[in-house]
Amino acid sequence: MTAPALHTAAPVAAGFSVQVDGLTKIYGGGNTEVIAVREASFTVARGEVIALLGPSGSGKSTLLSAIGLINPPTRGRIAINGEPVMDGPRPLVDLRAFRRHHLGFVFQKANLIPFLTARQNVQVALEVNDVAPRAARARADELLDYLGLGDRRHNLPFMLSGGQQQRVAVARALANHPSLVLADEPTAALDGHLSRQVMELLRQVAHEQRAGVIVVTHDHRALDVFDRTLEMEDGALREHAGPAPEPAPVVKPLS
Amino acid sequence: MNLAAQDIRHNGGRFALTAAGIGLLLMIVLGMGGIYAGMVYEATLLIDRLDADLWVVQRSTRGPFAEVSRIPASLEPRLSAVPGVASARRFVYHTVQRERAGEPWRFSVQGLDWPVDRGQALPLLTGRPLGQAHFEMIADRTLGVALGERVRLGKDTFTVVGLTKGMTSSSGDPMAFFTLRDAQAIQFDQPGEALRLDREARRYRASAAELGQQQPGLLERAASPSPALPVLGPPTVSAVLLTLTPGADAAAVARTIAGWPDVTVYTHAEQRDLLLRGSVDRARRQIGLFRAILVLVSAIIMSLIIYTLTLDKAHDIAMLKLIGARNRVIVGLILQQALILGAVGYALAWVIGQWAFSLFPRLVLITGPDLALLAVIVLLISVVASGLGIWKALRIEPNTLLS
Ligand SMILES: Nc1ncnc2c1ncn2[C@@H]1O[C@H](COP(=O)(O)OP(=O)(O)OP(=O)(O)O)[C@@H](O)[C@H]1O
Ligand SMILES: [Mg+2]
Repeated sequence: MTAPALHTAAPVAAGFSVQVDGLTKIYGGGNTEVIAVREASFTVARGEVIALLGPSGSGKSTLLSAIGLINPPTRGRIAINGEPVMDGPRPLVDLRAFRRHHLGFVFQKANLIPFLTARQNVQVALEVNDVAPRAARARADELLDYLGLGDRRHNLPFMLSGGQQQRVAVARALANHPSLVLADEPTAALDGHLSRQVMELLRQVAHEQRAGVIVVTHDHRALDVFDRTLEMEDGALREHAGPAPEPAPVVKPLS
Repeated sequence: MNLAAQDIRHNGGRFALTAAGIGLLLMIVLGMGGIYAGMVYEATLLIDRLDADLWVVQRSTRGPFAEVSRIPASLEPRLSAVPGVASARRFVYHTVQRERAGEPWRFSVQGLDWPVDRGQALPLLTGRPLGQAHFEMIADRTLGVALGERVRLGKDTFTVVGLTKGMTSSSGDPMAFFTLRDAQAIQFDQPGEALRLDREARRYRASAAELGQQQPGLLERAASPSPALPVLGPPTVSAVLLTLTPGADAAAVARTIAGWPDVTVYTHAEQRDLLLRGSVDRARRQIGLFRAILVLVSAIIMSLIIYTLTLDKAHDIAMLKLIGARNRVIVGLILQQALILGAVGYALAWVIGQWAFSLFPRLVLITGPDLALLAVIVLLISVVASGLGIWKALRIEPNTLLS
């Protein structure tokens, strides 16, 4: 089966998906102080897929949640889609509204709402963003078809396999044409084959929808999917010079 | 898409059980009001049915229902002569407790002033009013006797000729209606031996007195039945009921009679008041307090249920916040579930109540205003109970999803 392109492609916006400048996050205080992220600065262009690597506890999730506007940084500035959103711990916009318009999240667990069907789980992301129910349903179906889950749209999460659930989560993250998709170990719970599938899927939508994608991963086998890799070590960010070790292959069809 | 409805759909059993619990609780709240309304209804039923303008009872008593009243039957002609009085009826009321099939058998005996009052004003379900001066009775169906059944009371046997519905005394006992004389006979029933001893005692007293020794004929008279003795008054009655002529001033007639030293007079409204402000009022406050506590308990239980439902969805609420759902979506989810639970509970309370209350030994009267009041209470409880859950939900942080 070849993945059909999305009919409703996002408007192409030139420039940066995200700009991070001097981001520092310090947890606690006194002698329990932990500097989880120190002075991180980087940018991600629209349509770019970035891998965020690093040992456990190096601050990857902290950095991602700060960019995701759910964990305010101690210092530093964040701009998303060209708009400054955080200045230190101070929000410059309505964060929840901004999340719903510009951000998509995928986590290690799919975190689907258990009493909603696959379609409704995608639909709800659209409806909280003021998309009319009928249009939201159509868009959800379109996305699920695209991710090869068209025949599972009426299933509740517990009826879906882990990989299928994760694909629904991806559909939900993409529902509102986000300018930035943040994924924290999205494939940790999946086997190698499925893992690669999800990674390639993220890459595909990044390119097709011109969204920036940051993926935290430990899976070094899938690194060829990414345009660039960032590495964290004890809170400090180190950028790999140049592109990913191998050139990214052409997107393979979904099975 | 309605999140609250979806959640309820997919957790139907659990919601049904919760709603059933709330429903039963609300049913008790409703029942409490119904018991009070039933008491008021029962307390005033007879007074309203008898429809007398004035009640004449023993001096300084609150009779005949709230306490015992005994007045001579001879008051009836005296009262009939008062200007403005159209008619006077003697009235007998007392409660008996006999035994029937080994069970206590309680009812209140009403004497009707045959032949004026044959019970034609009673709400007869089947049968007919009293047709003869003796040995017939009309009973409320809650007494458990059948039409045509013969019931032995004292020395006489009575035939049930009519059955009423909803005729109970202010203490909830079923009523039975007899002619006045029969009612008195039941009240003052004495075994033959007691009567013989009584007559013998009279004879002895007479023989000890000078008059008795001089006139032996008197001794013979003394030993005869008491109704035959002019010196002994007829048995007392509980009250005399007056109906006034149209246009008569009840207050003026009452003032005239109140001047008599041996009786107290009450208007219809005062008689009602005596009952409602007496025992019923204490019951009202008792029930009212219970009801208030129950409402409080319902609110607390509801709060905990809603709070638990919210905690169960904490993860989903975090997800909703992460994808940018506004607070009103989250508040709506919780509030709607509370309202749905409240509404279903209310409906169940009503439906179950309709069936269950009819099985209660005393009347539980559910009135329209009571139902409306409960609806308001349920609405308030649902809203207040969501408070705790909403408070919790608004504090859930979306970054809890990362761990
Ligand atoms: N809420 C918190 N309070 C205090 N310290 C925290 C908190 N969250 C994370 N940390 C600390 O910050 C550092 C970075 O944690 P983070 O979760 O970002 O690491 P990570 O790179 O995502 O690790 P992993 O690969 O194991 O997920 C760690 O030392 C961690 O103990
Ligand atoms: Mg992490």
